[in-house]
Order: sequence, then structure tokens, then C-alpha cells
Amino acid sequence: MSSPSSILRRPFTQRVLWALFLAFLFLAVPKYSSDYWLNAILIPLLIMSLAGIGLNLLMGYAGQASLGVGAFMAVGAYATYNFLLRFPTLPLPLSLLLGSLVAGVIGLLVGIPSLRIKGFYLLATTLAAQFFIEWIFSQYGWFSNYSTSSSISAPRLEIFSHDLSAPTGRYLLTLSVVTITTFLILRLVRSQTGRSWMAIRDMDTAASVIGISVYAGKLRAFFVSSAVCGLAGALWAFAYLGTVDALSFNLDRSFQVMFIVIIGGLGTIFGNFLGAAFIVLLPFLLQYLAGKWFGGTISAGDLTNLQRAFFGGLIIWFLIKEPKGLSAIVGNVSRFLSRLTASLSLSHKTHP
Amino acid sequence: MRSRLLRKLAPAVAIASAAISLHTASAEETAKEQFIPLATFRTGAYASSGIPIWAGLIDYLTYINEVEGGINGVKLNWEEAETEWQVEKGVEAYERFKNGKNGSPVPIFLPHGDPISKALTEKSLADKIPLVTLNYGRTESIDGTVFPYSFPVGLSFYSEASTVINYIAQQAGGKEKLKGLKIATVYHDSPYGKETFAPLELLAKTYGFENIQIPVPHPGNDQSAQWARIRKLKPDWVFLRGWGVMTPVAIKTAAKTGFPVDHIIGGIWSSSEEDVRPAGPVGKGYLAVTTYPAGTNFPIHELIRKNVIEKGKSNLQDPKSFGSVYYNSGITEAVILVEAIRTAQAKYGHRPINGEEAQWALEHLNIDEKRVEELGLTGLFQPLKLSIKDHEGGGSARVIQWDGSKWNTVSDWIKSDRELLFPLIYEKSAAYAKEKGITPRDASAAN
Repeated sequence: MSSPSSILRRPFTQRVLWALFLAFLFLAVPKYSSDYWLNAILIPLLIMSLAGIGLNLLMGYAGQASLGVGAFMAVGAYATYNFLLRFPTLPLPLSLLLGSLVAGVIGLLVGIPSLRIKGFYLLATTLAAQFFIEWIFSQYGWFSNYSTSSSISAPRLEIFSHDLSAPTGRYLLTLSVVTITTFLILRLVRSQTGRSWMAIRDMDTAASVIGISVYAGKLRAFFVSSAVCGLAGALWAFAYLGTVDALSFNLDRSFQVMFIVIIGGLGTIFGNFLGAAFIVLLPFLLQYLAGKWFGGTISAGDLTNLQRAFFGGLIIWFLIKEPKGLSAIVGNVSRFLSRLTASLSLSHKTHP
Repeated sequence: MRSRLLRKLAPAVAIASAAISLHTASAEETAKEQFIPLATFRTGAYASSGIPIWAGLIDYLTYINEVEGGINGVKLNWEEAETEWQVEKGVEAYERFKNGKNGSPVPIFLPHGDPISKALTEKSLADKIPLVTLNYGRTESIDGTVFPYSFPVGLSFYSEASTVINYIAQQAGGKEKLKGLKIATVYHDSPYGKETFAPLELLAKTYGFENIQIPVPHPGNDQSAQWARIRKLKPDWVFLRGWGVMTPVAIKTAAKTGFPVDHIIGGIWSSSEEDVRPAGPVGKGYLAVTTYPAGTNFPIHELIRKNVIEKGKSNLQDPKSFGSVYYNSGITEAVILVEAIRTAQAKYGHRPINGEEAQWALEHLNIDEKRVEELGLTGLFQPLKLSIKDHEGGGSARVIQWDGSKWNTVSDWIKSDRELLFPLIYEKSAAYAKEKGITPRDASAAN
């Protein structure tokens, strides 16, 4: 596999690189980033990555399709809001955790049909959950404390009386939640639970033959996946937008998360970050470049339509070139780089 | 070797630094212009209604630049950002623009989209940039003591409901005749659709009409069940609060089930050509309320035609849209923008205005009947007078009727019962303030 001289692939070096990267994200980014980068780019990117991780656990690891991500995000957001509102003494991290657990329980209920049905049929039942939950939140005023437009907004954003409502505070909150969750999920997918999910995904009959409880595995996957999505929904509502209504978590959101998972790579964790970057950031980059290169020469309407066509074309091209998603491309590139560094250090030794 | 490299680089560095200094010099020069950011949706689901809005808005700004040389000599320049009506893109556009451009600050941001305006409510407060949401937005943000930077100017959803009831009263021959009438509201089943629950309940209690509420699930492309129910209930009038495809389908289904189309009154978002034209010939006689009636015969249209369109500077993509409801809504929005900047300039000097100054100006905005006439807007634009406790400022609407090919205005400005509705609105804003821990501003303070 990797050659012994490939320094990039040694576990110790990788750990150091990750630590440096996290230090950069936690210390340097908030210090030097503008509001624009925090509010418009990094916060939504991190949250959508988290939602992608949530769905990927279910789709990529446990092999259960779902179009209910938006609904689980909504449950997370509304539950967290109600905990914050009705229990003012509850600290924010605990409200987030409880909100995410509620989303997990709802996900568990929605996942019950998965014990009997599979594939597209299961997709249809999760779709029902999506519509039903969205409807409930806009139908019953209790969930939004009877606000005129059924919208919810963060009552307070503070940890230990430390105000987090500034962009930096909201970024650090998001980054902390995403980092901790990603770390826990990485451990989880490499644990017995994760392995049993993959066994169920690859062949559930074989999995049950070797003694894995398929039912428990599927339900566990629905629970964890929805809890992570709920966490992402709560962050989306409070750390990113501030005020949302149930329409923010509609079917489009579910599709968006599904595209993140497919483009990032099924059955990967870091692929979700790449997929989210592709889906969330590329349109902004295209808009920026289009404005720079063609601004004024083409009418604004045509220009934005061209961007959409180009973006669609890129998705198709990527999926043809690499059906396993962006994480596979990055894997190939990093393998290529490590071979390159290995051969370079080799040539360095022969020609001093 | 290193020194040789440096020597080679020196001219490049010199050129680069010269270019940078040149750039900043030109930036200072153009800071005499007022920058106006535009969050547009020229693609996506609602593009067909958006495109004529920007045309009206941009044509009016062009007119101000062409004819008046800007506002008191301060030229206007603008830049668009595409939002597709999506909240993330709207937030991105806001963050991109909020620090202004070429040294000019941002006076006012127009979110153009309900979810975007919600997401910006707190951000704009922190950044001190007022949001103007013409005929939409959170109703309770009328209370500027709790929402200093949100301006739902024109006609709130509460006032919309009330003007419709008052028009029905006019037709019936007085408000006392409302007693015993059956008025059914067919609404888009969404947060927007439910905004008129509270005011209609209050109005029904006050005037004694029967208040029937019938929801239509999104998107509303099959309404046979709803209209069958209407046929059974036999209401005297139907108030149609649609959105997108729901409106033409409602008109068609009403005609099919035999409900008289000329007893349906569309709300503010069911009142454009795009809403009624797809219904075909059965739409003839359909009524709607609007704060910017269609038409090209207002004096301002002559001025825009002469100074903008005939000079080839118009933003119109389809000349047929000239004078349409959406085009005229763009003009209305631009007038509010320009007059607010003008008001701010009168206090702070003839220079680009920032958000804090524009916020003061909006709270002191007074476009009276005389000013409306001076601007060539009589009949198109309702007089507006805003204050700290009243960010709506208007609250009147006119009724228009579709004759099969175009809208005709069939009523004068109809006032809503604001004195009846405002206590309800202040109750909601007080509840919001309590939930968020906001101490309302002192309304009597001179600011």
C-alpha cells in the first residue's frame, strides 16, 4: 500500500496535521475572517456538512434511503426552541442535546416501516414524514409560541452567560458542535454498531445469519441519523439564520442534503464536507466569477441562468467521472501526492 | 541571486503599488455616488414575477440619474445579486453588500422574499441597515419600538384583510350592512396564509359578519374540494389569499363550480397579470386589492417612457410588462427608497447616506398628497407617513378588476381600520419583545 517513506500517510503526521488544521479553524479563522466569510460561507457550510453526515450514516452506512432530512432538521430546531423557551434555566448545550434527542426519537418512529420495506418504498414513507412534520409545525401555533407567521427565533444564544450572538460566537458554537459530533461519529462508524450497519447495507440476510440484529441495527441508524440532522437543524435555525419557519426545512432541503451525500461520496464522513462545499459554495463562486468576467456584457437574467446550467453540467460531469463522489477524487489525489513525495525523497537520496 | 531576483521584481512591485493607489484614489472619487444593493430573483420558481419588479425599480433609479442627475446631485449606482428567492443566497447577498461599495455605505436593503427578511431581522439590527419589505414581512414589525430596523411599508397583511372587508362594506352600502354577510377566506396553507386569521377574527367580531376560513395546501393546483365546500356554504364574497399557481387555479375552479368570479377579491399576492392571465377568459370580472394599480397613464410613466425607454436605457425585457402591476410595484419601491434617501440628505447633507441615517429618515418619511403629485404618482402611490410606532405608514389599497385583457381600477384608495388593528399588532410585538428580552425604545424620544 503506502510506501514506508511516505511521510504524509504516517498516522502520527496525520494527527499532527489534523491538530494544526483544527487550531487554524478555532483560533486563526475567527480572528482574521470577515463577517461575510463567517455568516455567508463557513457557518452554512459546516451545518450542511453536519446534515450530510447525518444522512450519510443512514444512506451510506446503513443503506436505508430517506427523504425526511428536512423534517428531522425541523424537529431539532423546534424542539430546541421549545426547550430554550419553556425552560429558561436550561443551558444552551443541554437544550441542543435534548432537541437532537427528540429528533432522534421522531426519526426512530419514522424508521419503523424500514423493518418491513426497502428502497423506493421506504423513500416514500420518509417523504410522508417530511410533509407531515412540516405541516404540523405550521398548523399548530403551540410549537412556535403562537407567533403570527409560525416562525421561531432564538430566544438567547449564550453559554455560561457568554454571549454568542455575534458572528464569531455563532461560528465557534457551530464549529465546536460539528467537531465534537464528527469525532463521535467517526468512532461510532468504526465500532461494532458501524460495522453492523455496513453488514446490513451490503446484505441484510447475511448479516442476520451471522447474528446481527437487523431490526435493532436499522432503528439505531434511524435514531443516530435523525439526531445528527436535528442538531444541524437547530444550528441552522439559531446559529445561522436566527429566525426561521417550517418552510426552511422543506423537501428542497432534504434533496439538497441528499445531493451533498451523493456528490461527497456514500459511506464516507469527510466526503460530506466536500459535498457541502460543492453544493453550497460553488454557486457563490460561479456568481462571483461570472460577475467579474461577464458582468455588464450579458443581461443579469441570462447570466444567472447560464450559471445554473453550468452548475448542473458540472454535477453530471463529476458523477460520470467519479461515481463514488468527491471523496474518492480527493483520495486518488492524496495517494498520487504521497507517491510523488515518496519518489521525490527517493530521487533526493540518489542524487544528493 | 536573491538580489537579482529582487531587482527584477522591483518594477513589478512599483506597478502593482501604483495600481493599488490608483484604485483607492478612484474609490474615493466615486464615493460621491450612492450605492444601492439589489437582491434579485431572475431565476428560480418566482422569476416571472421578479423580472418586471427589477425593471420598474431600475428604470425609476435610471430616471432619477438621467433627469435629476441623482438625488441632490448624488448619483445612484446599484449592483444585483441573485437569490433565487432562497434564504441562503439572500443572506450571502446581504453579507456581500452590507459594507457598501467604493466607499459608499448601504442605506437600505430590500430582502425581496419573506424567508430572507426573517433571517435578516436580527442581522440588520446588529449592522444598523434598515430592511424595507413592501407589502410583506412580519406584521408586528410595524412597531418600531421593538423592531427599529424593520419597515413593512405600505400595506400589512392585517391592513390587507381590513381593506377587503371595507370594500365589501362599500359595495353593500355601509359597514352596518356587513352584519350577517358570509365572507369566506380561501388561503394558501402556510405561515403567510395564516397571517390574516387574527385580524379577520377581530373584524368579524366587530362588524358581525360570518368568518369562514378555507385552507388550500401548497401549491394549490387542485382545489375542487375547497370550491365544492364553498358551493355548499354559499358565501356572499370570497377573499382569495393565493400564492403562485394557486390564484389562477382558484379562479378557474370557481368558474367551473358556478361561483361568480366578480365576487372573488384577490389579496395583494393574487393581484398581478401573471396571477389572472393563466385562468383564461373566465377570469373576466375578477377583483383584487393592490397598492400599485396597473396602468401606463400615470404621469410618471410618460416621464420614464421619454427619458429612459426611448433612450434605450430601460431594464425591461418584455416591453409588454411596462405598466404592469409588478412593474409599478418596482416603481413604488424605488420611490420609497429615493424619498427616504432624500429625507436623510436634508438632515445629514448631500452625500451618500448610511443605514443609521436612512433608518432615521424612514421613521420621519412623509410623502403627502402634494409630494405624490409632484412626483407624478397620483393614483399610483398612496401617501405615506411613517413614525416610530408606525412603520407601515399607509394602510390603504385600491381595488382593480380584470376585464379579460387588462386591469382597470374600480375604486379609490380604501383605508383599513388601523385604529382597530393596531392594539392587536402592539400586543404581538410586546409578546415578541418579552420572548427575546428586548426593552422597547421610548416612542416619545425625539431620536
